[in-house]
Amino acid sequence: MTAVSRLRQRYWLTAFRQSSFGRAVIRRLPGRVKRGLRAGHRWQRRAGAQLRTRWRRSLQFRVVSTTLVLCVLVIAVLGYFLVQTIATGLLASAEKSATAQAAAARSTILGLSNVLVLQPPEADSPTANAPNVAEVAARTALDEGGSAGKYLVAVHLTDPQADPQADSVPWVAEDTFNPSATIPSGPSGLLAGVSQEQSDEKFDNQYVPVPQYQPTTLVGNDGQSLGPTLAVGVPLGPYYQLYYVYPFTSEQSFLLLVQRVLIGAGLALAVLLAAIASLVTRWVVLPVRHAAQAAQRLSAGHLEERMRVLGVDDLAALATSFNEMASSLQGKLRELEELSKVQRQFVSDVSHELRTPLTTIKMAADLLFESRGELEPGSARSAELLQSQLERFETLLVDLLEISRYDAGAATLDADLVDVCDLVRNSAADAQQLAERRGGRIEFRLPATGCFAEVDRRRVERILRNILVNAVEHGEGKDVVVTTAMDNDAVAVSVRDYGVGLRPGDEQQVFERFWRADVSRARTTGGTGLGLAISLEDAHLHGGWLQAWGERGKGSVFRLTLPKLAGQELAGSPLPLGPDDAELTGTILRD
Amino acid sequence: MKGRVLVVDDDAALAEMLGIVLRGEGFEPTFVADGDKAVEVFRDSRPDLVLLDLMLPGSDGIDVCRQIRAESGVPIVMLTAKTDTVDVVLGLESGADDYIMKPFKSKELVARVRARLRRTDEPAPEMLQIGDIAIDVAGHSVKRGPETLNLTPLEFDLLVALARKPRQVFTREVLLEQVWGYRHAADTRLVNVHVQRLRAKIEKDPEHPEIVVTVRGVGYKAGTG
Repeated sequence: MTAVSRLRQRYWLTAFRQSSFGRAVIRRLPGRVKRGLRAGHRWQRRAGAQLRTRWRRSLQFRVVSTTLVLCVLVIAVLGYFLVQTIATGLLASAEKSATAQAAAARSTILGLSNVLVLQPPEADSPTANAPNVAEVAARTALDEGGSAGKYLVAVHLTDPQADPQADSVPWVAEDTFNPSATIPSGPSGLLAGVSQEQSDEKFDNQYVPVPQYQPTTLVGNDGQSLGPTLAVGVPLGPYYQLYYVYPFTSEQSFLLLVQRVLIGAGLALAVLLAAIASLVTRWVVLPVRHAAQAAQRLSAGHLEERMRVLGVDDLAALATSFNEMASSLQGKLRELEELSKVQRQFVSDVSHELRTPLTTIKMAADLLFESRGELEPGSARSAELLQSQLERFETLLVDLLEISRYDAGAATLDADLVDVCDLVRNSAADAQQLAERRGGRIEFRLPATGCFAEVDRRRVERILRNILVNAVEHGEGKDVVVTTAMDNDAVAVSVRDYGVGLRPGDEQQVFERFWRADVSRARTTGGTGLGLAISLEDAHLHGGWLQAWGERGKGSVFRLTLPKLAGQELAGSPLPLGPDDAELTGTILRD
Repeated sequence: MKGRVLVVDDDAALAEMLGIVLRGEGFEPTFVADGDKAVEVFRDSRPDLVLLDLMLPGSDGIDVCRQIRAESGVPIVMLTAKTDTVDVVLGLESGADDYIMKPFKSKELVARVRARLRRTDEPAPEMLQIGDIAIDVAGHSVKRGPETLNLTPLEFDLLVALARKPRQVFTREVLLEQVWGYRHAADTRLVNVHVQRLRAKIEKDPEHPEIVVTVRGVGYKAGTG
């Protein structure tokens, strides 16, 4: 069904349903019928949808059904022409034999001396009265073919003026094969043709009249049609006309047989062709399906997946190139894996190699630091500086190692079901101390029920510590608000400060490595410049988001959104990014 | 307090520094640099505690740990530069009681060493029972019926802590404080690994523990047997 016709059908259905007549009809239908109609409609729609899906999905289905439809169409057209040709041939041969028989019967009758067809009919004469002459002529004609019983013969008196009584017997018919049948009275073209021949003959004695014929329908006594026939007429002298009516019974049954054979053979051929098409498509489709499956497995990580190569045809070429692709892919991946392994090993080695001497230095510095009271002032101060800078060096080393672990793809998620609110409280300790020194405080807005989610405790605490310390550091001594909320899929923590804020465009840049909001700002807390970059990686490792909002002078918001189940995709965050409406109107909402 | 410490470390400078710090705190350190000789020196010196670097030439620190654990329940503290979970867990599973991540502070190291060496002064005679396990706290022995179960001091402390308050659920943080002596929360993987090691020794079926029961989302408690 094309889209247009479907639309049209739907249009008519809708129009019918919406018309007042349609509504009245539908309203009056009994409930069961209405339900049935609805169910039928549903079923039709479902079946239609299934077929459409099948059509779109399966190449084989498409090929087979197209072959079937086209095949049936071709066979129908061919069959139609075949039947037409046979019918025409049959008609022609029937006409030929019928005219020959009529001509022969005519000459026989004219040659008989006891049949007075050449004389005008006389009502009084026992031999020349019209019914008598006609009957004798008809009997003769009936015997002529030697196959009496297969046709009807009629003798017609042309000139009723010659015999007033003849009007009552316009036809004299012999009917042996079907007593209930009558001669058709209708074929006026035939009667006119025969009358024309008759007048031609009357005009010219030498003229041999040609039998006229016309297909017509035999009508029974009760007026019922008895099937097609061929009527043939020939003038019989100047007063009478001889007619044969041949029923097409045998021709018809023959045609019917031919039609049946054609339909049967056509259907069988169509089914056979469909089966062949199905088989052939299978040959083509199966390897393609195998290829699709192999590609799927390959993309799922089974890099050893290969296709079987059979022969040297197009499909074999497909398989060969597929396998080549898979091999080169596998090679490249191995290379990358190797590189990543080397990188990871390097990170691990650097880590170990640096940490051991650092430990020694640190312990030595500790020792010096503790005994600084016994040293002279310069050396004592040196010991202090050594101690504090070693700490900074260590943090930097830890951060660098962490970020290179991310770069090497070696970071793993150690997820556990924990209360994110607890993590918020735990990780706020450093920031709280700092806030107290600055004269501000941290306000917590945490739901009483807790916010359980599957997260890596260590990493989430690190993120929270980072954004909390940042907020206090840039909060200019004002309060910092920490809000936690959750919905069905996600947990979010937002940290709001009312400090210097961010310049436009800085929302992305804050997460870059070694980026500083203001180069001239004093490095009071000695951050490494990697904190937010690591936090962003930590959030991404969870499949979560870490986003920033800020405006110059209005403070900033850092929002962490994590999926409740590790690895789930986030659709949205339970908290807004940026100042909420309540803040803008000056009221503060509390949980 | 006994104070013999065996330092197994290949880095000469670090070993020397460790020696200075340990001596300053009143311990008697002995040193071995080669992993292959570590077990031999261990047998000779009979230390009260082993400080073991995880990365050693010769045999691996983890192998050394396993060999020492096979013949003694002496406390082992690993020094590790590796922060990856797998390495830490592997070290703990091979028998170490605790670990310190490099770089560490001297005070931190000393605190850990003391915590591992600290034994409660002669405990009062006390018998505890969890399920079919009988614990003699003073005699430092654990029995199931006539059979004596061989636990390391740390595993023993863990079991005693749980058994003393049979109905209480201990969070991992509380256990860290009570058994390991950490003041503030540290790595809770320590607890997980040691609970598993303890279960492997005392449970009839470690897959379905009955003595040390997990309370999901909270921690552990002593089972009712």
